[in-house]
Amino acid sequence: MKKSWPLWEVFIRSKSGLDHKHAGSIHAADAEMAIENARDIYTRRNEGVSIWVVESKHITASDPDDADALFEPAKDKIYRHPTFYNLPDEVKHM
Amino acid sequence: MKEQNLEAHFQAKIDAEIKIEPKDWMPDEYRKTLIRQISQHAHSEIVGMLPEGNWITRAPSLRRKLILLAKVQDEAGHGLYLYSAAETLGADRGDLVLQMLNGKAKYSSIFNYPTLNWADIGAIGWLVDGAAITNQVMLTRTSYGPYARAMVRICKEESFHQRQGYEIMLAMSRGSEEQKQMAQDSLNRWWWPSLMMFGPHDGESSHSEQAFKWKIKRKSNDELRQQFVDATIPQAGLLGLTVPDPALRWNAERGHYDFSPINWDEFWNVVKGNGPCNRERIAARQKACDDGAWVREAALAYAEKKEQKQIGARQTAAA
Repeated sequence: MKKSWPLWEVFIRSKSGLDHKHAGSIHAADAEMAIENARDIYTRRNEGVSIWVVESKHITASDPDDADALFEPAKDKIYRHPTFYNLPDEVKHM
Repeated sequence: MKEQNLEAHFQAKIDAEIKIEPKDWMPDEYRKTLIRQISQHAHSEIVGMLPEGNWITRAPSLRRKLILLAKVQDEAGHGLYLYSAAETLGADRGDLVLQMLNGKAKYSSIFNYPTLNWADIGAIGWLVDGAAITNQVMLTRTSYGPYARAMVRICKEESFHQRQGYEIMLAMSRGSEEQKQMAQDSLNRWWWPSLMMFGPHDGESSHSEQAFKWKIKRKSNDELRQQFVDATIPQAGLLGLTVPDPALRWNAERGHYDFSPINWDEFWNVVKGNGPCNRERIAARQKACDDGAWVREAALAYAEKKEQKQIGARQTAAA
């Protein structure tokens, strides 16, 4: 096989007010074609109002084997959650 | 971690219903099994466009033509979701396509049967997509994340495929005597190949046991086949059509329909490449690959040229 089109990751905003969310990947020769291919593959039923594409090689991902160490700093900080605090019932919505 | 520990950790995740994601450690055999299964699934979607594409220009109305076009376009999309799921496992899409073209990788044998009349488009939607959905609903819970997510998307879209097929069968079975005959003829030809789609009996399926342990599969071929028969027989009744099986009857004791043994010689014959359309299908895919080669190369050359120009323009601006 000759050199193939690069791989792109596709992110779609399903409606205004929501985040772009990863939808999958596609192959395309350039960014413009990537947007059009992403439209044809991932939004055939009005699933999106906006598309981001980025070449897969530009994404850096954390290593799942290091996940414990990477996310360790957040693990023992339960005081970051509202339920950590005991307030009297008289204080209604807070 | 040692290989043994990694494997135990991996199995513990599977047992705890935690999905496996692309960068997670996985046994080589799990990766290989998934690449094989997902790519064959992708090839099936792509080859599956051919029997239906055969009727796009001859659809009996504009409404039916638009629906069929949309359905065939969906199959292309489904193939591409699945290829990209296979690529997350490190497979190269070009290699996968090549394996299909040279016969090393299979696709679902059902697509090696011809579409002889318009009712076949109805029967394919109703039975072939119906059988595929039975399998794919199970696969939405498969242990590999990207495969499961592709299946969720596919199942949502396939529901329209089955309904439009059943609607065609309904229109024909309520039409003229001749149309009803066409619908019955189509059901006669597609019934057994549809039941064969679920694959060999549980005892004879070579990959089953490990696939269960890894939760790639969650139901056996025979379970899925029975589930499909039980769901489909009442639908045939509603159409006023009968399936070509004299032994078919409700078994109150089992709570399932009994049906005749499947002709496995036919199944293996088609798998081995001797079905009515095997050669035609591969030839069509090979032609698409060859005829599209210059387009793929030209698009790449254009993209490279454009990039060079942009770099040139930036350098000029900076100077």
